[in-house]
Amino acid sequence: MLCDICKENEATVHLTQMVEGKTKKIDLCESCSKAKGVDDPTGFSLADLLLGLGASQEMEESGSTTGKCPKCGFSQTDFKKTGRLGCPDCYDHFTEGVESLLKSMHKGTRHTGKAPAVWQQTKVYVDRLHSLQTKLDKAVAKEDYEKAAEVRDEISRVKSDFSESSIV
Amino acid sequence: MNINEILSKPAEAARREGPSNKIVLSSRVRLARNLANLPFPGWAKKTVRVKTFKQILDNVMEVAPMRDGFHAGMEELPTLDKQLLVERHFISREHAAKTAGSGMVLSSDEALCVMINEEDHLRMQALLPGLQMDKAWMAVDQFDTALESNLDYAFCKRRGYLTACPTNLGTGIRVSAMLHLPGLVLSEQINQIIQAVNKLGLAVRGLHGEGTEALGNVFQVSNQMTLGETESDIVERLNKVLLQIIDHEENARAKLLENKAKMVYNHIGRAYGILANSHSISSKETMNLLSLFRLGIDLSLFPGNKPALTEELFIITQPAHLQKTLEGKLSAEKRDILRANLLRSRLLKVGRPDMPDIGKTEQNEE
Repeated sequence: MLCDICKENEATVHLTQMVEGKTKKIDLCESCSKAKGVDDPTGFSLADLLLGLGASQEMEESGSTTGKCPKCGFSQTDFKKTGRLGCPDCYDHFTEGVESLLKSMHKGTRHTGKAPAVWQQTKVYVDRLHSLQTKLDKAVAKEDYEKAAEVRDEISRVKSDFSESSIV
Repeated sequence: MNINEILSKPAEAARREGPSNKIVLSSRVRLARNLANLPFPGWAKKTVRVKTFKQILDNVMEVAPMRDGFHAGMEELPTLDKQLLVERHFISREHAAKTAGSGMVLSSDEALCVMINEEDHLRMQALLPGLQMDKAWMAVDQFDTALESNLDYAFCKRRGYLTACPTNLGTGIRVSAMLHLPGLVLSEQINQIIQAVNKLGLAVRGLHGEGTEALGNVFQVSNQMTLGETESDIVERLNKVLLQIIDHEENARAKLLENKAKMVYNHIGRAYGILANSHSISSKETMNLLSLFRLGIDLSLFPGNKPALTEELFIITQPAHLQKTLEGKLSAEKRDILRANLLRSRLLKVGRPDMPDIGKTEQNEE
């Protein structure tokens, strides 16, 4: 088995770590493990290792993420070198590679935290519209046209309210 | 501009206190933010970086806590001043290496600090003494909200705040506490604790974060994952783990005194002996010995002395602080001598440790 980092020497250090219930494995040769500080447990966490190493591999494996980001000209090779992306739009361009990378790195792949106020308003609006649409579909399916008309009016009211209050 | 006149005096900074201060030295919450439609700082051309820096700086300076704050472009700061800011944990080592097109802003109470064009366009942090995670999160959250009305953040509904490194994606939050854990180190339980903490998806690092040594028994515990969880969940999870670590450290100290008091007294006594009598001492050795001295104060072995004293000595004996006080660049050898002089004179006022002579009583009993 070859070392995951240099891919030259025989791997002699095998690490397994449970992160949030997921098992992560890594195999290293002696010099790479020293270089990464694996022999010093105080300064070491597997996640640090997985970044930059797993990262470039994942990007490479997903074939569709070739070429350069049309917005900033950043390429996969650049990512391999730096472990950083070029611009916010790179996340859209390198979607597939990024997605599997995020899976290995984070608790989930969808953001559930804070959002800028503008987005929060949009989120409330989208959610409201979504639930009304479901209501409308149900009413139509049940052939309850009176209810359907009510919901339809509600939808147009929500829509016009939003376009008035919207900052965008 | 003299950075010494802008920053709080080390003695003053050392006196700031917070909850659980015996073990938790400080609490920090930082957020990473970027502007939409612009390359990240590491990929941007210098002209773009300089322009973005100006735009961000103008907006940051308009938010209340920063209006009377200190700000500087990295090209304006001499190397020694940058190093001093690193030693105070206001900027990262990476940021200290930056020049024109990057900079920093520090609030006058030093609780809020923003790095502009580090790895991300904005890295804002709230830094408070002791265990005050919620308060730190609220402070930085509020600041971020105030800033967002004027800056167009790179945000996407699905992935959250977009960051240069995928490890920060989503919330862009890094919650960390600086812990002093001599009890766990002396009782050789620290590796077990680190492994357990790692298993919970949290990172344990040294004094200055990523890739640094745990000098002076100081460890930094922080979250690793930033996506798929809300900020308050992350803060709460870290808080819970911190309370457990505090518990373990307190237990370890109590157990050591119960079973291995002689060993503990020996370590503390020797630390005091060297700090108070050496004529040349490196900053690394100083930090490690000050940690033991601090443990001695925590255990009431140096009556009349407060932890703030060790905190202050910890700050002023670090390389940049030492050189700044003595006005000028010095060689490492010269620094070690001056550091020893400083420690000897400051420890003159500290009496010898007041330790029960355990060995003697045992002998008498026999």
